[in-house]
Amino acid sequence: MNEGTEVPLLSGILTATLLIGGAAITLTGSLGLLRLRSFYERVHAPTLGTTLGTTCVALASIIYFSTLGSRPVLHELLIVVFITATTPITLMVLVRAAVFRDESEIERTSAGRAENER
Amino acid sequence: MSTMITWSVTAAQILLGFAMACATFRIVWGPRAQDRVVGFDSLYVNAMLLLLAFGIRSGSTLYFEAALIIALFGFVSTVALAKFLLRGEVIE
Repeated sequence: MNEGTEVPLLSGILTATLLIGGAAITLTGSLGLLRLRSFYERVHAPTLGTTLGTTCVALASIIYFSTLGSRPVLHELLIVVFITATTPITLMVLVRAAVFRDESEIERTSAGRAENER
Repeated sequence: MSTMITWSVTAAQILLGFAMACATFRIVWGPRAQDRVVGFDSLYVNAMLLLLAFGIRSGSTLYFEAALIIALFGFVSTVALAKFLLRGEVIE
C-alpha cells in the first residue's frame, strides 16, 4: 500500500470511476456467461469484459500512474490493443470448432437412426 | 484522496472476483467442451484485469508485465484449445 503518495482530486475521481465502471462491466459480461442458455448466445457475453472492461481499467491505470509519476505512462495501451485485436480471432476459431462439432454430432445421430431403420 | 482510491480498488477487486467465480462455474459445469473453453477465456481476461487493479493498489508497474504475459499466453492457449476441438490435435 502506497501511503503518503497523494494524487490530485480530479485524477483520483477519474481513476476510481473508471476502475469501478470497468469492473462492473466485466462482471456484467461474466454474469451473461452464467445466465444465457445456448453456447452461441454465451459466446457473445464475455466480449463486454474484454473490450470495454479492459479499456476502462487500463485507462484508470494510465491516469493513475501518469499523475503519480508526473509523466505520461502509456504502456497499458499495449494490453488494450492486444486484447481488442485477439478476442475476435479467438472467438471465431472457437465458434467454427463448435459448429464443426455440432454438425458432426448431427450427422452421427442421423446415420445411427438410418442404421436402426434399415 | 488515497483512501478513496484504496476503497475503489477494493470494490473493483471484489467485483472482478465475482466475475472470476462466474467464469469458474462455467468451466466446471459447462455442458460441453466449447463452453469450458469460453469460460477459460473469460477467466484469464478477468485475472488480467485483477492484476491491473492490484498494480494500482500497490503503486508499482511490475504487475503490468505479469498482466501482459497473461494476455499473451491466454490467447495462445485458447487458440490451441479451439484447434484441438476442431481437429483432435494441435499441430498437424
